[in-house]
Parts: sequence; C-alpha cells; structure tokens
Amino acid sequence: MIKDTAKKIYIILIIIFMYAPIATLVALSFNASKTRSKWGGFTFKWYRELMANEEILQALMNTLLIAFAASIIATIIGTAACISIMGLNRKSRAIILGITNIPMLNADIVTGISLMLLFISLGIKFGTGTILLSHITFCIPYVILSVMPRMQRLNPYIYEAALDLGAGPVYGFSKVVFPEILPGILSGFLMAFTMSLDDFIITHFTKGAGVDTLSTKIYTEVKKGIKPEMYALSTLIFITVLVLLFLVNKAPLDKKEQAK
Amino acid sequence: MNKKKMLGIPYFIWAAMFILIPLFMVFYYGLTDKNGAFTLENIAAMALRGHARSLWRALYLSFAATLLCLALAYPLAMILNSMNIKKHSFIVLIFILPMWMNFLLRTLAWQTLLEKTGVINSLLGLLHLPPLRIINTPYAIMLGMVYNFLPFMVLPVYNSLEKIDRNIINAAKDLGANGWQVFVKVTLPLSLPGIISGVTMVFIPALTTFVISKLLGGSKILLIGNVVEEEFTQTSNWHLGSGLSMVLMVFILVNMVLSAIFDKKGEGSAL
Repeated sequence: MIKDTAKKIYIILIIIFMYAPIATLVALSFNASKTRSKWGGFTFKWYRELMANEEILQALMNTLLIAFAASIIATIIGTAACISIMGLNRKSRAIILGITNIPMLNADIVTGISLMLLFISLGIKFGTGTILLSHITFCIPYVILSVMPRMQRLNPYIYEAALDLGAGPVYGFSKVVFPEILPGILSGFLMAFTMSLDDFIITHFTKGAGVDTLSTKIYTEVKKGIKPEMYALSTLIFITVLVLLFLVNKAPLDKKEQAK
Repeated sequence: MNKKKMLGIPYFIWAAMFILIPLFMVFYYGLTDKNGAFTLENIAAMALRGHARSLWRALYLSFAATLLCLALAYPLAMILNSMNIKKHSFIVLIFILPMWMNFLLRTLAWQTLLEKTGVINSLLGLLHLPPLRIINTPYAIMLGMVYNFLPFMVLPVYNSLEKIDRNIINAAKDLGANGWQVFVKVTLPLSLPGIISGVTMVFIPALTTFVISKLLGGSKILLIGNVVEEEFTQTSNWHLGSGLSMVLMVFILVNMVLSAIFDKKGEGSAL
C-alpha cells in the first residue's frame, strides 16, 4: 500500500518536472504584462495579435511546409530503400544500415556543420531548399528504422503465393506487402514529422538569411525578448496535438502496434 | 528481383551525397588550413586553454546529466513496467507530447521558473525556505540537459525492461533469490542494452549542445558546442570549427562502438 503510494508520488513528481515549463508557457500566453517575470492579469490580447503578426505566421507556414515536404519525401525514399535493402546480401545490408545510423548517432551540430560545408562548396544558395534537403536527410533514417522491422517480420511466401496465383508484382505488393508494412510507414512518417518540426540545430546551420522556421525565429528573438505571441502560438499547437492524441487513442487502433 | 534493388538507388545516392560526402568535408576542412595545405593545427587547437576548458566543462556536465537521467529514469521505467497500465499511450503522453512544444521555448521557460524572483523561488519563499540560486550557473545547464534528454533515457530503458520474460524473474524467486538479488542478477543485466542505448542518446546531445548553455548559462559559460558554433556562424573559421568537431566525433565514435558491443540486436533502440 505504502509502496503503491510512493510509486504514484514518484510518477507525479516526474510529470510535474516534465510539464512545469509547458504550464509556464501556457500561463505566459495569457499574461497581460509583456515581461516574463511579472504577472499583469489575464488577457487574450496575444492571441489576437498573433493573427496579425505576419512574421510569426510566415515562420509557422515555413515550419509546417518543410516538415510536411521533408517527411513525405523521406517516407517515400526510405520505404523504397527498405524494399531494396531486404534483397541485398548480409554484408551490403550491414553497410547500408550502418550509414543510415550515422545521422541518428552523430551529434546534430556535426550533421549541421557537415551539411553547411557541403552546400558552401557546391555553391548552393542557402534558403528554404537547403533546409529541406537537410531535413530529408535526417528524416530518412527514422523511416527506415520503423519500416525495416516490419519488413523483416513479413512472411515472403505470402507474396510469392500471390504471384503464383497470378498477381503482378505491383498488384501483389500493394495487396500483400503494403498493408503489412503500413503501420511502420505511418509511424516512421509521424516520427520524421515530429523531428523536423522540433529541429533547431540543423536548421540553424543550413538556413539562409531571411528564411526562418519557428525555432530559428525564437532563437533570434531570445536576445530581444520573446514576443508573447510566440507563447500564444505554441499553446495553440500544444493543445491541438493534445486533442489529436486523445482522439487517436480513443479510436480503435491496432493495439499491438501501439504497444510497439 | 533486380527491379526491387533499383528502388533503393535514390536512397543510396542520397546517403552518399548528404551523409558521407558532408562528413568527408568536415575531415577535409579539419585537416587543412586556409590555403588548403595539410595541418594538424585545427585539431591540436583543442588543447588551447579556452577550448580545453570548455570541452572539460561539457564533458563533466553531460556526464553528470547522463547519470542523473539514468537515476531518474530507471525507477520510473520499473514503476511503469510494473503498473501494466495502457502502457504505450500513457508513456507517449508524458514524454513525446512535450516535444511538440518548441524545444527552445521549453528551455527558455526554465529561465522564468529559476530566476531570482521566478516561480520556484516565490514558492520556496512562501514555504519560508531559502531561495534557489542556480540560474546562469553550470547547475542550470545540467538541469536543462536532464530536462531535455530524460525521454531519451526513459524510452529505451522501459523497452528493455518490458521485454524481460516474467518467468525468468519468477524462476529466480523460486530458487530463493530475494528482491535485491533478482534486481542485481537478473533485471539489471537484462536491461543493460536499454541502459547503454539511453546513455548514448543522452550523452552525445548533452555533450555537444550549445543552445542549453546559451539559454540557461547566461551566455558566459561556454561549452565546446558554443565554441564550435561560433567558429561557424560568427568567426567563419570553418577549418578550426571542423578540427574541433573532429575531436568531438572521437567521443561519438567511442559511444557508437560501446552501443554496438552491448546492443547487438538493437534491442534497446528507443521507439
């Protein structure tokens, strides 16, 4: 009994630790005073001003567009790569997967500067394009990592049976293989999207002047003081995701996959 | 069969172009000077007093943060594992959800919490406790590291604990092991892959961070990440910056080798 209570208290303490900063940000988004350190009463002012703040909205658009484009392209390239990696012999498979691990295990700062040096020496102009290329690069490994285990669990005979029964390779793939690996593809996509959305370090080194994502915008605002509209925006994003997660968890999904 | 292999070509080209060649660029810049002549000076520069100090500071802060993360995460993972709640959704809720609030803003929020007249000190004042003075000190940076990277420790440790067959633990108990012996002889060794993978995933980002030290260290406490970042974005000395990051890569490599030895099957991989 005492043990159970202690366990619950421990979990609650960790949750407080994880969520105290988030609660702070939510509170700040309703703070009438412009400084962080003073509470000036409750207001919706920053939410109204957010709608008129084109710089922040532009940064939001950039962030979302890059995250969408990068995770979709990464999902396609990564899934195709998985299909082909399964057909390789052990040695080349190990090499490819080893290379795939590099962006995940390497420090973001090293990935960032290495891409920066590449773009400089190729003479590519820094801008949205360079950010997109970099994001695709660090997103692909997440896709491969979540599609690969599904591929390995696949029973090859089912696909061969489909071919024997007269299905073409494309039809056989879309009817037999694809539904089996779909959960892996979806979770890979979601992971890639989250990583792209939350990335600051790699974007910091590969962005051009004048192009900002939310992260880099916040970073440049740190010195001048963060605009409270930013708190309002992140509160909105957070609440949207919270609601979405609740809806997804309520939906009768494949529970086994969730437990993965 | 050959058509299948063709599907991988875009990725193979991509990996060569954007993973391998960029890494070689870092080596190239790190080992040459401005005129393109071979030199080891950029690497030796790590021994300079300022650089060595920021590397040392980053090493002990990230080491301490990693240990703290492990100390916090292991009991938590054990509790979560023993509770058998609708596990995954709950853990996702605690640890993945915060990632949707921008990482910089979350770290900045700690400024508000830790400030002299901030939230935590106001609460401590109400309880007549002495105020906490850690903002702009290495302790604040360490706290920021623990806060930001704790999820990367919890998830792999939890995954490896979850995979332990309950029958093995029951067998140990039947054979007369007490709770502590079961933990030391069975649970801990079997969760080692998760621990190693968690350590790798916390230590490297903590060691190389420049954001947390800038936001919570009052921009006076430089870590090696700050030094490298400034070489690239302010002084534009790419050769020196590359040389210093090559030294950092040695630590990354050691970590990779360690995790490869202990985690052969990729059991502890995070998600």
